[in-house]
Amino acid sequence: MSVADVFDRRAPEAPRTIRLERTRRRLPLTTRDLREILAYHELLFFLVWRDVKVKYKQTALGAAWAILVPFTQMVVFTLVFNRGLHVKSEYHVPYPLFIFSAMLPWTYFTACLSASSTSIVGNQNLITKVFFPRLIIPLAAVVAPVLDFLLAFTVLIGMFVYYGRAPHWHLVVIPAFLGMALLTAFGVGLWLSALNVRYRDVPYVVPYLTMVWFFVTPIIYGVTALRPRTQELIALNPMAGVIDGFRWAVLGRGLPHYHVYALSFGIALAVMLSGLWYFRRVERYFADLI
Amino acid sequence: MTNLAIDVAGISKQYRIGQMHSAIDTLRDHLMHGLHTLRAGRMPRETIWALDDVSFQVAEGEVLGIIGRNGAGKTTLLRLLSRITEPTKGYADVTGRVGSLLEVGTGFHPELTGRENIFLNGAILGMRRSEIVRKFDEIVEFSGVEQFLDTPVKRYSSGMFVRLAFSVAAHLEPEILIVDEVLAVGDAEFQKRCLGKMESYGQSGRTVLFVSHSMPTIARLCPRLLLLDRGRLVEDGPAEHVIGHYLHGDLGSSARREWPDPHAAPGDDWARLRSARVVDASGTTSDVIDVSEPIGIEIAFDLLRREAVFPWIDLVDERGTLVFSAIDTNPVWNEAREPGRYVTTAWIPEHLLNEGAIHVTVSVKSALLGRKPWRHAEVESALTFQVVEREGPTARGDFAGRISGAVRPLLRWTEVEAADAPSLAARPGRD
Repeated sequence: MSVADVFDRRAPEAPRTIRLERTRRRLPLTTRDLREILAYHELLFFLVWRDVKVKYKQTALGAAWAILVPFTQMVVFTLVFNRGLHVKSEYHVPYPLFIFSAMLPWTYFTACLSASSTSIVGNQNLITKVFFPRLIIPLAAVVAPVLDFLLAFTVLIGMFVYYGRAPHWHLVVIPAFLGMALLTAFGVGLWLSALNVRYRDVPYVVPYLTMVWFFVTPIIYGVTALRPRTQELIALNPMAGVIDGFRWAVLGRGLPHYHVYALSFGIALAVMLSGLWYFRRVERYFADLI
Repeated sequence: MTNLAIDVAGISKQYRIGQMHSAIDTLRDHLMHGLHTLRAGRMPRETIWALDDVSFQVAEGEVLGIIGRNGAGKTTLLRLLSRITEPTKGYADVTGRVGSLLEVGTGFHPELTGRENIFLNGAILGMRRSEIVRKFDEIVEFSGVEQFLDTPVKRYSSGMFVRLAFSVAAHLEPEILIVDEVLAVGDAEFQKRCLGKMESYGQSGRTVLFVSHSMPTIARLCPRLLLLDRGRLVEDGPAEHVIGHYLHGDLGSSARREWPDPHAAPGDDWARLRSARVVDASGTTSDVIDVSEPIGIEIAFDLLRREAVFPWIDLVDERGTLVFSAIDTNPVWNEAREPGRYVTTAWIPEHLLNEGAIHVTVSVKSALLGRKPWRHAEVESALTFQVVEREGPTARGDFAGRISGAVRPLLRWTEVEAADAPSLAARPGRD
């Protein structure tokens, strides 16, 4: 008698009864909930597809924006921080390559934050009219920007050609660090999207949060430029592990900072689980509060 | 023994007053009310039972209608059974796959094309991709918008939009279908086809729950009706019987709302609504008003503090189009007024509104310099009345069909003698 069975459109057996009542939930996510989300995987696909389709409709440059934005940021950051303020890259890597390898996951992360934080309120027409597992909405918001990430990745390939560098075998772990960025973004997105239902202050907080987060993440500087103590401290920021690991994978220089990755991953997981707990706790009020 | 599709036992839903209308809290509001209000549940607000201990059973394959005036809890009941919100008390056992249509075109995206929206909307309503692919041609044919399939729906007329949206919905095949008054859309011809579709649903052995304000429609579709009033189930029986009770009973009508308890009446510390009604030219409360008569919307409210407030109404037609918003422009409202009861009536001239159901939202607001008006009290769709056409000279002229549009004013037309106007048709002497 599981919820998933009745709403699972693939369930072949005769219909079963579910009881609709006030939830008294102990676990934030049961296997029954997971099965229900799985049953709705096509809706997840369509919401991602919608977000991707709609994003560049009626723009003159279209998907070129996904390349243009990180590229121009790279140029500006190189001029300001490297040429102007003499910030150095690590392991004598050209600074543009150094900064771009960080801009890729960072641009993805910030795109996720702004999309997911307003995702529930932005889809209120769905929330108040149709049932489906609510988790799908913030999930779609962090999956859709992966496409922009892949587009911007082609710039990185171009830069490798320009600087005459060969890719390193470390590249194979890129998906792992992208996954960690997704995990972090999903966790923060769960908190922000659920909070935004009650407190419409969230959209005002996000740009400020992103700006502060930018400076406490090793983007314009490298982790090795920090003292060992500070390195440990900065690893509390899950995006520090993502960016440092991503850079290691792309540039193929230096030793992997396992302690940074492990700590960052642990924190990312904790943020995600707490976000899941909060989201699941308040989602039943969404339709009433929104 | 027949199987039960739905078994509702003592279901109740409690809302905080104001929650249903102005739910937007900001951190600032909480800080202003003191940090202790941050914990939900300690909010110093009154509550209302939108549904109160409702029990009924629906057998598999039964078509059940739900009627009641505005605010009776019909929509809340459908939202509970659709799993959009949770009951506060009680439970409902639902056996079978549920599909709910609480709105036509849920999730339609204006930037996407008709074709793309069929897939998106289908997925949102709970159809599988393969199912949509299989029924695609049928959906397109039913809607009659073939030529515009690859046009973004933002360029559709509202009629085309509704037809496409309903066509997708009509091809949903759940075991239990929950429908909230979505049939009251589209032109007469399309409405007829939709009704036919609904009838075939009932005959195909599916369970249907249907809410409507239209008594002829609901009587035709549903052999059994539930009548709700102020959140309570007051009658459950054969359609003719329940409709008779509803129309001639003492439940009052949708053309009159009263909030007798001064503390529970909708509003805040400045103003609370006490009553609202639709009146005809003679001042009598009336559900049904002829197009050729003026219509009055009377609002009574209590002003609790000295404040410059003004009454405000929004009229929405049965397709959901805002017909107009209006504020009381009497200059007396420009000054702060003493606390007390105020009663004011807005007169809508004859020959303005089109035929059909009109929902009226009544509110009391005050102007804040350079900001959006502050909403003290507001009740969405507080009143509903029908505009009908009996006889006499109207904007219809000799045209017998349905006239489209939110309004149908009786205009003065003047004609110019054709000879006085420059004409391209006759210009002799030019090569």
